[in-house]
Amino acid sequence: MRAPGRGRGDPPVAGQPARYRAGAGRRFRVQRLGFALLTLMAVGTVVPIVLVVAHVLIQGAPAISWEFLSGLPRDGMRQGGILPAIVGTFYLTLGTAVFSVPLGVAAAIYLSEYAHENAWTRLIRVAIINLAGIPSVVYGLFGLGLFVLFLRFGTSILAASLTLSIMTLPVIISASEEALRAVPQAFRTVSVSLGGTRWQTIRRVVLPQAVPGILTGVILGLERAAGETAPILFTGAAFFLPRLPHSPLDATMALPYHLFVISTQVPEMPLRIQYGTALVLIAFVLGMNLIATIIRSRARARRQW
Amino acid sequence: MDKIVVENLTLQYEDGTESLRGVTMAIPAQAITVLFGPAGGGKSSLLRCFNRLNDLADVKAVSGRILLDGVNVLDPAVDVVALRRKIGMVFARPVVLPFSIRGNLTYGLELMGERDARRLTEAVEHSLRLAALWDEVHDRLDDPAVALSGGQQQRLCLARSLALQPEVILLDEPTSGLDPISTSKVEAALQELKKDYTIVLVPHSIQQAGRTADFAAFFLQGELVESGPGKDLFTHPRNKRTEDYVTGRFG
Amino acid sequence: MRAHPRAGAAEPLRNWQEAVLSRVIRLSGYSAIVFVGLIFLFLVREGLPALVEVPLADLFSARWYPIEGYFGVLPLITGSLIVTVGAMAVAIPFGIGTAMFISEIAPRWAREVLKPMVELLGGLPSVVLGFLGMLVLSPFLRQALDLPTGLTALAGSLLLAGIALPTIVSIAEDALDAVPKSYREGALALGATRWQTMWGVTLPAARSGVLTAVMLGIGRAIGETMAVMMVTGNAPVLAVRLASIVAPARTMTATIAAEMGEVASGSTHYHVLFFIGMVLFLISLAVNVAASAVVFRQRTRAERVLS
Repeated sequence: MRAPGRGRGDPPVAGQPARYRAGAGRRFRVQRLGFALLTLMAVGTVVPIVLVVAHVLIQGAPAISWEFLSGLPRDGMRQGGILPAIVGTFYLTLGTAVFSVPLGVAAAIYLSEYAHENAWTRLIRVAIINLAGIPSVVYGLFGLGLFVLFLRFGTSILAASLTLSIMTLPVIISASEEALRAVPQAFRTVSVSLGGTRWQTIRRVVLPQAVPGILTGVILGLERAAGETAPILFTGAAFFLPRLPHSPLDATMALPYHLFVISTQVPEMPLRIQYGTALVLIAFVLGMNLIATIIRSRARARRQW
Repeated sequence: MDKIVVENLTLQYEDGTESLRGVTMAIPAQAITVLFGPAGGGKSSLLRCFNRLNDLADVKAVSGRILLDGVNVLDPAVDVVALRRKIGMVFARPVVLPFSIRGNLTYGLELMGERDARRLTEAVEHSLRLAALWDEVHDRLDDPAVALSGGQQQRLCLARSLALQPEVILLDEPTSGLDPISTSKVEAALQELKKDYTIVLVPHSIQQAGRTADFAAFFLQGELVESGPGKDLFTHPRNKRTEDYVTGRFG
Repeated sequence: MRAHPRAGAAEPLRNWQEAVLSRVIRLSGYSAIVFVGLIFLFLVREGLPALVEVPLADLFSARWYPIEGYFGVLPLITGSLIVTVGAMAVAIPFGIGTAMFISEIAPRWAREVLKPMVELLGGLPSVVLGFLGMLVLSPFLRQALDLPTGLTALAGSLLLAGIALPTIVSIAEDALDAVPKSYREGALALGATRWQTMWGVTLPAARSGVLTAVMLGIGRAIGETMAVMMVTGNAPVLAVRLASIVAPARTMTATIAAEMGEVASGSTHYHVLFFIGMVLFLISLAVNVAASAVVFRQRTRAERVLS
């Protein structure tokens, strides 16, 4: 997009006002400086992330062994494995999924396929944004008050899962609604014109097409739930349990809580084990992230619209 | 014999625009009736009233009657689902469902609860033949429908409606995005189909209207200006506005 | 985007199962409202007694020492405040800068690397960051700044900045991305440099989204528990001087997390902790309502312009 005649970077022509040349040069110098600054910022954001992961990987890898991953802890957690914590996190994640996925997807279906845009739906959306913003420790308080004490579930996987699922709900609803809305409206019109009811249309056309997006959202939501400590602090997490949990009403160990306790409250805890636990937790969480990303990109490639 | 009779139909949308005003006309059975006119005339709205697809739109008020074989389609007590099976619709842009070719065709029947594999297969072949598509796709029925060309997709949409064995077929500018060859294939299929079905077509050009119409109705801004046998309307229209449009003075 | 009839028109249902399903789905839709209400209810139910049991002057005094009956929440509030402000001082420039970089400057390959990286940071459990903060960051700060201890508000701020960053970057980047290309092209055609366009045209056009990003980042920072609990030293002192940033502090969130486990249900301490939780809930409510209002106002302004 260069105008004919003398361009900005060209050498000055006799008779041209000096200020044009100087002004042009300065503007571009400012730009180059500015771009460099922003680049530095972006690098400054990324480098610590890489360092963090690398550091945990390097320090924690020596601790990883089959015994570590599948064995029970010994000597006050200072030796042996972290199987109960891994299993506990798995149970909590499963429990969260059981409650939050059906409810969240149903709510998303309501917002996308049933609801008319009115004051009520605006209120629902405000409520969702608010649920998403509530501090995790406040969820812990709520879980304590409602599930542990009022409903008398006690400190249990059940109470912790219910607490985590309310916390995960907004993520699932948002992602699912977006996935449902992405399905072309024309499909619905065609299905209706062929004599389909609303539910038939949803079940046969809309929902199946939205599944990859919904799945991605669910996995990302569960990933967050798996890594959270504060909501499970008073609702389900325990530190020293002699055996694996047997029922949903048992308390359980969990990776994030385990890491917290061994790094702050157990004297003489080998650093290696701490880093190993951190590594397992990161691997669990990032593994889910990876699965979600793969699902997302595969679905995009195989879309039939 | 008239298949559909429209009596004083008035349609108003939420935003106040009056899409149809006091429309009264008859649509004869087993013939192609063409609804033509400039954009905004209400033709698409009228089509969507026939199969109650307008229920999905922001319609404020509907008055008047639409009689299909003597039964008022606009009556809230009517079984809308059954109605939509009796009346098939093909839209302006081909919308194939994200299934295989076979899946698209059996979709409507599966909605009804049809599970018999033999009947489904028969329906698939029968409707594809009617839409003049069988020869081109019979060997790849399990391929995704999106793999077909635009013209083939549109004929697939036609076959999809035919699979439900409707009595009326509505087509809203069905060939607007298609090349001349595909267009003529669709028009040829319609000529065959009109022997057994009642066809209502909104053409995308006046020439298409002229080619296909047994009967025609001219719509201008929600009003039915004139209707009658196609030949009459295009060669010596009675109304001046019709004549202006047909001869190209506006549009 | 609905597959079915507007309000009032009859909806075709095939059988009673569909009717039940319909009902269930509608109820689920309202679940979010129910839960917010429930949470608020429980917080109030257990937190309001604190206002009765502890005189207001004491509640807002500067001494938090529950064992001896001192329930002054002011140090906790200032603790949260100073840590959050410090975090935002870092996270806002870095966040917006990175978002601008990703959206306006970065070549495609860099974008494909940066966005997942930021998402990765967002996925790291905060307890891991707290853990590393404790083992790596705090000792570093202690040495670098010659402090008696590295467990300070500063350490908390830096960690919080890292935690709030992904939120700010992703939402701001979305907002910048949404600015129509024509805006940029128009400015460039008038002779502006890309730099001038970025700051003079694109960013202002995206300002409601960027503002939302910042507000949600603030919300995230205020609400963080584990990371701050592990690195701020947990000393409930009034943090009001500039030097307080390099001294230990304690946030409201850390207080709840640290003390809830040892508290007798129904005791005054218990109620005060719930009261603090109520305050946190109201703060996050305020932040979210403000963020929604910004988005809403911007949208209606645009609608007015376009109609």
